[in-house]
Amino acid sequence: MTPSILRIGVLRGGLEIKQFFRQRESVVFTLFFPIMLLFIFGSVFTNTIAPGVTFSQYFVAGMIASGLVNTGFQQLAIMIPIERDFGTLKRLRGTPMSPISYFIGKAILVTVSTALQVAMLIVIGRLFFGLILPTTSERWLRFAILIILGSICSTILGIAFSSVPKSGRGASAVVSPIVIILQFVSGVFFVFSQLPSWMQHFAAIFPLKWLTQGMRSVFLPDSFAMKEPAHNWEINRTLLILAIWTVIGTFFAIRSFKWSEK
Amino acid sequence: MQAIAVSGLTKSYPDKNLGTRLAVDHLNLDVKSGEIFALLGPNGAGKTTTVEILEGYRTRDSGEVRVLGQDPGALPRGDRSWRSRIGIVLQSTMDAADLSVRESISHFSHYYPNPRSVDEVIAAVGLTEKAVAKVRTLSGGQRRRLDVALGIIGRPEILFLDEPTTGFDPEARRSFWELIRELKNSGTTILLTTHYLDEAEALADRVAVIANGKLIEVATPATLGGRHTAQVRITWNENNSERELFTDNPTSEVAKLSELFGGEIPGLTVTRPTLEDIYLTMIGHS
Repeated sequence: MTPSILRIGVLRGGLEIKQFFRQRESVVFTLFFPIMLLFIFGSVFTNTIAPGVTFSQYFVAGMIASGLVNTGFQQLAIMIPIERDFGTLKRLRGTPMSPISYFIGKAILVTVSTALQVAMLIVIGRLFFGLILPTTSERWLRFAILIILGSICSTILGIAFSSVPKSGRGASAVVSPIVIILQFVSGVFFVFSQLPSWMQHFAAIFPLKWLTQGMRSVFLPDSFAMKEPAHNWEINRTLLILAIWTVIGTFFAIRSFKWSEK
Repeated sequence: MQAIAVSGLTKSYPDKNLGTRLAVDHLNLDVKSGEIFALLGPNGAGKTTTVEILEGYRTRDSGEVRVLGQDPGALPRGDRSWRSRIGIVLQSTMDAADLSVRESISHFSHYYPNPRSVDEVIAAVGLTEKAVAKVRTLSGGQRRRLDVALGIIGRPEILFLDEPTTGFDPEARRSFWELIRELKNSGTTILLTTHYLDEAEALADRVAVIANGKLIEVATPATLGGRHTAQVRITWNENNSERELFTDNPTSEVAKLSELFGGEIPGLTVTRPTLEDIYLTMIGHS
């Protein structure tokens, strides 16, 4: 009997995680880099940006949002071109493994690395930077929905973008600047309302701005919503924009995914 | 029984100067079940294109192709049964560097309905001592053996081997050939591409020579290009210079020479053309 697509997908997930932890670069780059940023920014900016809102509180919300982009979009858009260069994808294509199993494996990898990164940011934020956690179940629910939808969106966009870099070697140089620029303009490193309005409009095209705003609606008091561009959290619009990007990403992922260079 | 049947296979690629370049030109091939079949040809002859069409990696422009009775260019959507019956050893891969040999092979075994035993496959490719070593620590030859292990773990009926021993030392090549013969003995059909003529001669039941996308000849290594009926070359020394003659009757020619010299013939050699001589003549580089 041919083994099921789901079972092979789960086995691939296990294998992906094993390989992830055996590669020191990926553990440092994906998991510890955001923690290092939190220490740097959290230690430099000790001011409060609004009544009852420390910069650390603001920053952790933004870092969790950009964590979703790091572990999904950035990780996959760099890793898949490398696997294509190394012949991994071509070899897999020649076996009875279904492409769906491959993507299930990647989704499991993203889920585990996202969960780890979010947990680390919350724990470190709580221990060292006085992070205040949400107290209502409504906020925790919103948090869970944002994490799940954000991860799916980020994973799909990573797979879709993986056909853009021409080689595995150059993938990091193509993908990382995009992520860093988005982090700067989307209100991760700077308070979004203090950015020039053209930059705010530019950032509003992309999902990260909406994810950071969504995470602020989880971690910041409702009084802070007045400082957002629309003077409220715009939860529904956030979910709509993430959904649109997910649909666009799925379309390109299916159409343009390449198993080998030629 | 026919394992692979190809008729009129044609494939062209876009080309900057010519518009299109014909890589495979009305090729016909038949590989019987259980045989080792070698595809020979210079670089760019169309070997890899042909094999990749058979493996289902590439589309074709026209022609009929059947591999185990199935058209690789028209696999039913989501069908995995055909892929379970073939094994592919690609030219060069560098993946899975952080996994051990056993982890890699064991993982791939889960893809197939009726895989071979992981430890038996590791032993068959001679990697038992490296079973727990990380793939990144393997030598080139060991890496290639792992590629073969991943190709045969699913108990394929046909194994595609693309230039399997490039970069091997002579000893590694010998033991690799032994492995391929054992696979043949267990009933596996093997399609081998190589540019080592001695490898084709040692392994193949039949060889096909391809040049410029066209099939030149299919024959056993011993009869390719009329090798078995080609004239024998006899050389010897006479008056401090080398003499040679070509003949269909080497025994009587040697006997005549022996009579002439009254016994031993100085510097005598009697040679039939090697597979390489025949091959080079066929592809026009003699």
